Parts: sequence; structure tokens; C-alpha cells
Amino acid sequence: MEGIRTHILVCGGTGCMASESEKVIKNLGLILKAREYKEEVKIVQTGCFGFCEQGPIVKIEPDDVFYVRVSPKDAKDIIDEHVIKGRIVERLLYKEPSNENTINKQEDIPFYKKQLRIALRNCGLINPEDIYEYIALGGYEALGKALTEMTKDAVLDEVKKSGLRGRGGGGFPTGLKWEITKKQESDVKFIICNADEGDPGAFMDRSILEGDPHAVLEAMAIGAYVIGADKGIIYIRAEYPLAIERLNIALKQARDVGLLGKNIFGTNFNFDIDIKFGAGAFVCGEETALINSCEGKRGEPNYKPPYPAEKGYWGHPTCVNNVETFANITAIINRGAQWFASIGTEKSKGTKVFALAGKINNVGLVEVPMGITLREIIYDIGGGIQGGRKFKALQTGGPSGGVLTEDNLDTKIDYDSLIEIGSMMGSGGMIVMDEKDNMVNIAKFYLEFTMDESCGRCTPCRIGTKRMYEILNKITSKKGTMADLDALKQLCYMIKDSSLCGLGQTAPNPVISTMKHFWHEYLAFIKDVDHPQGEGKYVPKNKIGIKS
Amino acid sequence: MTKQQAISVTTPMTQDLPKEKFDELETFIDQMETTKGALIEILHKAQNLFGYLPRDVQLFVARKLGIPGAEVYGVVSFYSYFTTKPRGKYTISCCMGTACFVRGADKIIERLKEILGIESNEITEDGLFTLIDVRCIGACGLAPIVKVDEKVYGRVKEEELEDIINTYRLLEGKK
Repeated sequence: MEGIRTHILVCGGTGCMASESEKVIKNLGLILKAREYKEEVKIVQTGCFGFCEQGPIVKIEPDDVFYVRVSPKDAKDIIDEHVIKGRIVERLLYKEPSNENTINKQEDIPFYKKQLRIALRNCGLINPEDIYEYIALGGYEALGKALTEMTKDAVLDEVKKSGLRGRGGGGFPTGLKWEITKKQESDVKFIICNADEGDPGAFMDRSILEGDPHAVLEAMAIGAYVIGADKGIIYIRAEYPLAIERLNIALKQARDVGLLGKNIFGTNFNFDIDIKFGAGAFVCGEETALINSCEGKRGEPNYKPPYPAEKGYWGHPTCVNNVETFANITAIINRGAQWFASIGTEKSKGTKVFALAGKINNVGLVEVPMGITLREIIYDIGGGIQGGRKFKALQTGGPSGGVLTEDNLDTKIDYDSLIEIGSMMGSGGMIVMDEKDNMVNIAKFYLEFTMDESCGRCTPCRIGTKRMYEILNKITSKKGTMADLDALKQLCYMIKDSSLCGLGQTAPNPVISTMKHFWHEYLAFIKDVDHPQGEGKYVPKNKIGIKS
Repeated sequence: MTKQQAISVTTPMTQDLPKEKFDELETFIDQMETTKGALIEILHKAQNLFGYLPRDVQLFVARKLGIPGAEVYGVVSFYSYFTTKPRGKYTISCCMGTACFVRGADKIIERLKEILGIESNEITEDGLFTLIDVRCIGACGLAPIVKVDEKVYGRVKEEELEDIINTYRLLEGKK
């Protein structure tokens, strides 16, 4: 790195690459070469900055200037004006929507102000395709510390004390999961990283894998050391080509320098990781289904118990953790459980990454401490609703979660409070809806998803979701009756109570919560029609009409 | 695992599918350390080679691995990534993730169906386009999104769709 005076960081996440960030990099390189500044300026393609709405993003270090919506033709100005002459290119700076003020620095932008980045600490900072950049920022120190200075129990204790809970949605304490797997007596154990991010509209796991793959590999090795596994598997969606490519590069580099393989850090600990591809099935996020899919079978869930910790991959004890969970592990080992436990609420420690999307100004990936309010996320970080319209609802937990309304905006969010108000943390998708969205249509959209994704193994889910969808379809095409609403309600509780796995048990949630908060919208569909056989009172057409 | 069946697995069952591709698939399988639990991986490879997974390819894999064809079909039909129908020259993917949906993806896909005259998962008569609805490409900042092969069109509007498709038709000299 000698003599490099300026680094140009360009976002190489999927979102920014979709808006031509690769061309930006190419142009920057060409112009640098033409101006003969190649020796002192380095272009780095980083992982996701999170601020997808404003992509592609370019950051100049050490000047700490943050450019947004950079197009390939802006490359010339960035080099000629900023890099060579030291003048900031004003027109590419972030402008606050409210007062048109420009902001130079990343940390001054409201989108970043309230964020606390632990899992995403290296995303948008390092080149994910270079292990040495990861190591330069303290990478693999935690693994070294665990292997050479700490006993298995000491590492486990640290993770338990940190209060880290599974970030895939369930919120099961990670330390406890490790402990149960550790206690199993078996020569062969496995650790699996669940990167089958199926929730439509959620992309935090992908961004972590694209932006900081080594953080996951290192944490898997630490987990393997604790539970006594020597083999790891990353189960990833085939739809994430970029993440797969970067993972493969990371795996090769880690093997080349001996951080994966035999006798890691000169100890007798051996560990290596395989990648297995999913093939598009939402239910494979459920751990027993995931294990079946890893074995090359249909990804149908099994009855639990036995839990994977007892009998998992090919019948061996297996620990399955989510990508974001792993991304927190190294920080906990490096900085201590106490530090981690000081962040968040009483029962939910640390931070959570959310994928903020929908009718919001700042679409992107945000990492916030547990206990922040939804209002802060939507208005301070998210910059409010698009087009200045009114906030209507927020869906967390994707197709398994529920809607939250204006009344819930000041709830401090954590695993338990979200369940209390009728939704769930889920994997971290957060879809914002405004006054123009009809909630029955939204519920129907989610039902269509779960109906498609139902694996068909158990009857309540396979047939129940189909029937629910049919009723919703009938309602939205204004042919529904009050009896249909009753049937829909009954179906909801029947499916919830009798389905085999989480997919079915949570499938009715969008309907239950929209019925609870937006009952009038269901009624409007029914009363909007001249429908003598309905129990609803006869109301002339279009009197209580609702825009659909 | 069941014993391999004594059926010649090297002869393609129809002449329509190129033998070289079967050979390549066979080499791929032969070079695997173990085929235990590798069915999905093999099917990924097969779909990469052939573009889709017709019956003959599924049977080929089944016989090669010594498992019932039904087991292969069971896996193929379970996962949405696998397709048993051939694809058009260009694959148009319309993102139906929630973020795109609330920003109007439902109207976008309806318009696409109208322009192309097909339903999703179908191929146009001239063999140029296949339309598929996909779940979240993960570029939610650009919602709604339409992808033609790997080219991403972000923040698309209904009225732009015709132009996008015509660009590809022009490329093929069909307009």
C-alpha cells in the first residue's frame, strides 16, 4: 500500500451493480490511468453501503466524502476535480430532501446517524475479495484467540453471556444452541450456516456475504471449535450468484493461508467448509427442511424432536445458525460479552439488521440497536414516506409476520415486544406501506406467496393456504360475503394450530393482523357490492367504496 | 443407496438433445467424490448445460445415480429454480418481491403478459422470450425491477416496457 494517498471505495453490492457501479469502476480506472495517477490512487470495490436508494455509492478516503447516485459519466469529475484538484464535486453529494442542504460525510447523513454497525461493520469498508483487508481490520483475531487462549467452555460462556439470539427470526439463544450441540456425544458433528434468505424483500444476509464473507467463515470456525465439528456447510440460494462467487473466493483464500484446513493456528483443530446450493424454496429456511435439502432431497420439514442438535445432517448432531448471527460472533469474542450485552434491551441484546423497503424515501440496509423505536427507523433513518404521503402500515417478518400501524410506532422493538404487538422480528424485512395501499391486497399477496411455497407435506398448510387464498380472491373481486370472512377467520386459527412447521403456523399472520387493524377494508370489499345473501347490510354500490 | 441399474445410461433417449451435453454431465458426475446427497448439485449442473430439465435428462440422472426417476422428479418439481420447459432466448424476470409489489410490480407483470401475449413461465411463439416472476432479486432500492437475462431495469414504468422489449426484438431483426 506504499504511496497510496487516496482510496476510492465503490459499492459492489447487488443493488449498486444493478445501477452500473461496475461501469463506474471501469471508467474511474481508465481515467486514472490516462491521468497517470494509478500509482497513488487505489479503487476498491467494497460490499454494500446499505444506502441502496442512493446507489451507486462512491466514497473517497481519507477525505471522507460520500458521493451518491454516481453514474459512469461522473467518473471524470471525481478524478479530475476531486482526486487531482482536491475540489469536492458538489452535485454528487447527498442532499437532504427537506432542505436541500448537501452533506459531505457519511456519518452526518441522517440515514447513518442512528445506526450502529456490528454485523455490517466491514460492509462498504473493505474489499470482500481480499482476505488481507479483512485481516488488517482485526479479522481472524477472534478465531486465533479462541483457539490458542480460550477453552471451548470459555468461548461458549462468552457467547452465552453476550445474550446473542438467533437472527434468522426465531430468536433462540445462540449460546444455548451451541451448548446443546456440544453436549451430544458423537465423533461427527456439523455446523451449518443458513443463507437461504427466502423472505421477499429482505436482503441482509446476502449483503453480509457479499460485503464481508470472511466474518461468516471465521465465526463458523469458532462455532465448530466449540461444538466439536470439523465440517461446515453454507446453504445458500442459487439466486445469489455474486454472494456465491465471493464466498468461493473467500474460501479459497482462507484455505491458501491456512485459516481453514488442518491444524489451524498450529493447534489440532481441523475445519473446512462446503457450499451447498438451494434451489428456490422458502420452506428451506426452516432448519430440518434445510438439512433435507442439503442431503439432496425435497426440502420438507421433519417433526421435531429430534432437533437437529441431536440428529441433523445425515443423522449427526448439527448446529444451524443464520448468517447475521454468525456475523456478530467475532465481535463478541474480540470485544467481550459485556460490551455486546450493554447494547440493546433487557432480553434482546446487540443490534439487528433490517432491510427497509417499500414506500419509504431511503430504501436500504440499516443496522440499529435493539430497543430503537419504529418511528426512529421510518422517519429519522428512512427519511419518511415517499412523496410526503401518510404512513399506513409496516410489515415485519415478511410472509410470517404481521402488520404494525401508526399506534405501534413508538414501541421499542425487540424480539418480545414485536410478538406482543402481533408481529415478529423475522429475518429483518421491513416493508413500509402508505395510504394508497389496500391491506386486503397486501394480505392476499402474502398468502399467494405462502400458498406457492407450501411444501405440501401437511394438509392444513397445503390445502388451508389455498382455500384462504381463494376466499381472499373472492373478496377482492367483490364477490365475498360476511360468511366468507367468518370462514377466513376460522381457517386462520385452524392452520395456525395444526400445521407442522413454522411456515404453516405463521402463514395466516398477515391475514390475522390486517383483519385486526384494517377490518373496515375487508368490510368495504363486501359492502361495496349489492349482495343480498351476505350478512352484511345492504349498502348501495360505491357508498362506502374504497380505492383498491 | 440402491444398486446401479443395468440400463445403458450413455445412449440418449431421444435424438433431440445433444449427446455431448450428456457426456459432459456424465463426466461431471463421475468426477464427484461422492454422489451421496449430491442430487441437487447435479441437477443444477444439468440445468446449466441443457437450459432446462426435460424428462430424458431427469431419467439419465436417475439411472446414473441408481435411484428411481420419481425421486429425481420429486426434487425437480419441488424447487422453483428448476424448470422442465425450455427457455426462450431471453429470459425476462419480473421481480415479485414485496418491495416491488408495493411499488406496482403487479401492474408491470400484467403489462408484460399483454405485450408478450403469454402467461408467466411460458415462452413466446417466436422462441425469443420467456417470462418468469421471481421472488426478490434484492435490489429493492430500484423497485420495481425487470430483468432481461442479467441486465437490470430499475424503477421501470409500465409505458417503458414496450420499448425495452422492442430493443431485443430489433436485435433479432424481428421488428
